[in-house]
Amino acid sequence: MKSFTFERAETPAKAAAAAANNENAKFIAGGTNLLDLMKLEIEVPTHLIDVNKLKLDRIEETDDGGLRIGALVRNTDLASHQTVRRDFGVLSRALLAGASGQLRNKATTAGNLLQRTRCPYFYDTNMACNKRQPGSGCSAIGGFTRQLGVVGVSDACIATNPSDMNVALRALDATVETVKPDGETRSIAIADFHRLPGDTPQVETALEHGELITAVTLPAPVGGKHIYRKVRDRASYAFALVSVAGVIQPDGTGRIAVGGVAHKPWRMEEAEAELPQGAQAVANRLFADARPTDDNEFKILLTERTIAAVLDEARA
Amino acid sequence: MQSPGKLELNRRDLMVGTAASVSLAAVTNSAHAQTQKVDAPMRNDVSFTVNGKPVSLELDNRTTLLDALREQLQLTGTKKGCDHGQCGACTVLVDGKRINSCLSLAWMHEGDEITTIEGLGTPENLHPMQSAFLEHDGYQCGYCTPGQICSAVAVLDEIKAGVPSHVTGDITADPQASELEIRERMSGNICRCGAYSNIVEAMTDVAGRPA
Ligand SMILES: Cc1cc2nc3c(=O)[nH]c(=O)nc-3n(C[C@H](O)[C@H](O)[C@H](O)COP(=O)(O)OP(=O)(O)OC[C@H]3O[C@@H](n4cnc5c(N)ncnc54)[C@H](O)[C@@H]3O)c2cc1C
Ligand code: SF4
Repeated sequence: MKSFTFERAETPAKAAAAAANNENAKFIAGGTNLLDLMKLEIEVPTHLIDVNKLKLDRIEETDDGGLRIGALVRNTDLASHQTVRRDFGVLSRALLAGASGQLRNKATTAGNLLQRTRCPYFYDTNMACNKRQPGSGCSAIGGFTRQLGVVGVSDACIATNPSDMNVALRALDATVETVKPDGETRSIAIADFHRLPGDTPQVETALEHGELITAVTLPAPVGGKHIYRKVRDRASYAFALVSVAGVIQPDGTGRIAVGGVAHKPWRMEEAEAELPQGAQAVANRLFADARPTDDNEFKILLTERTIAAVLDEARA
Repeated sequence: MQSPGKLELNRRDLMVGTAASVSLAAVTNSAHAQTQKVDAPMRNDVSFTVNGKPVSLELDNRTTLLDALREQLQLTGTKKGCDHGQCGACTVLVDGKRINSCLSLAWMHEGDEITTIEGLGTPENLHPMQSAFLEHDGYQCGYCTPGQICSAVAVLDEIKAGVPSHVTGDITADPQASELEIRERMSGNICRCGAYSNIVEAMTDVAGRPA
């Protein structure tokens, strides 16, 4: 790990301002992703801004019946919250399907949103990777791609977003609230928050440098059955091959977001319109523009079957 | 909101006075103190409590909680396995909650209460989970065991506090300490000898005893 200085931020505005003064500064929350990457020198911040004392660790109901989740709420606390369990069950389920008990006790809402890809070549500093070192090439293309993306990919990068939580937040139409170094606040719809890789896979979100996430808000609950189904190589403690977050209404309509297939949680309203026609019709729409490799083509059929299982569970 | 209850641990006094860099004087800084050293910005002063004793350390900013415990405080019960949060050998309790001490910087624990395997029990007076691991042969080589036991103690507390898991059927109801629940919740602790079934028996035994 490279050496660094640090400070403890006292207010969200001060945290953002502190980051603006140093382009190599990073916020640190739970540290479970950042420290992992710093040990491998994939992330090399020269200054850390500890955001743990910002008092952004509350879950509050909003005026319109939704929920405002502080950026520093731990994954365990969010998954255990009674209102989340009752009204936003898909979020509890997705969080509990991720990582381990120890990690969820540290991992925060903002840190989870921003966790970086698990592409094996991104982690191997001996290999070319456009995301880690822009312009160096992509070792995954033509390499081992079993875990990588099948849709929304580019010639520069085929990595996936590894988060379970993000898939549920996409299904719930969450909004990310931020404060910029100049004090300006803004709300970013989750659909616009994560980006496709395009020519700049190192730019993963809509955030600007120094922009601090303060909260994630959920609109009022929409009812329906909340289901999160994750398919992975082990029964527990493994990243998804594919995962499906479903909110399915009694009349068979609903929402479907898919994880493990793209650089962002994958959801399309046109595909949801096909729900009454069944899983195959939905998957056909979701993957109409897919560009899988021989090794990860299986994810398309696997997603279709996982959606079918979600729909079965919703009917049961 | 439901938060896991505070642990009622049997915090035994521990002989950690051998490490030269440890000052047992209770110079507890405020939790918000700026502790990075002015004259040496890559180093810091940090104070926290380990197994009931206040400690103050002078550390490189990069020192993880795991390395501070093992290298500075000579509390070598907590093990370094993968050093990347994957194996669980480094599991300790911070303010009663289990975390991977390898993925946490020591200076981020200013003012925290840390419990390691050495603080759960002593050879003369074992924690019930330690005795249960002995009775049920919950290990072979023993390397992962301190992490397994710290995790096991926290898991039973999490279940009591109503924290749901991936295998909880009805997440709005209180979870039970079933074998399925225990297996899922312990998945962050890897045992390469494969003592899992005996670990589950040890935990089931402790969970079934009257509180
Ligand atoms: C072994 C292992 C297995 C895992 N398995 C899974 C899994 O199955 N599913 C899954 O979803 N996840 C998994 N994870 C990832 C885990 O969920 C993330 O590490 C965690 O959510 C990151 O949260 P954190 O608070 O620790 O983030 P940090 O490591 O503290 O930060 C991550 C990033 O977010 C930035 N950041 C933090 N807070 C803010 C803020 N308020 N505003 C702006 N930027 C901020 C940091 O600068 C950093 O770039 C796993 C991790 C490990 C180590
Ligand atoms: S897929 Fe993306 S993250 Fe993986 S090697 Fe290629 S550029 Fe890097």
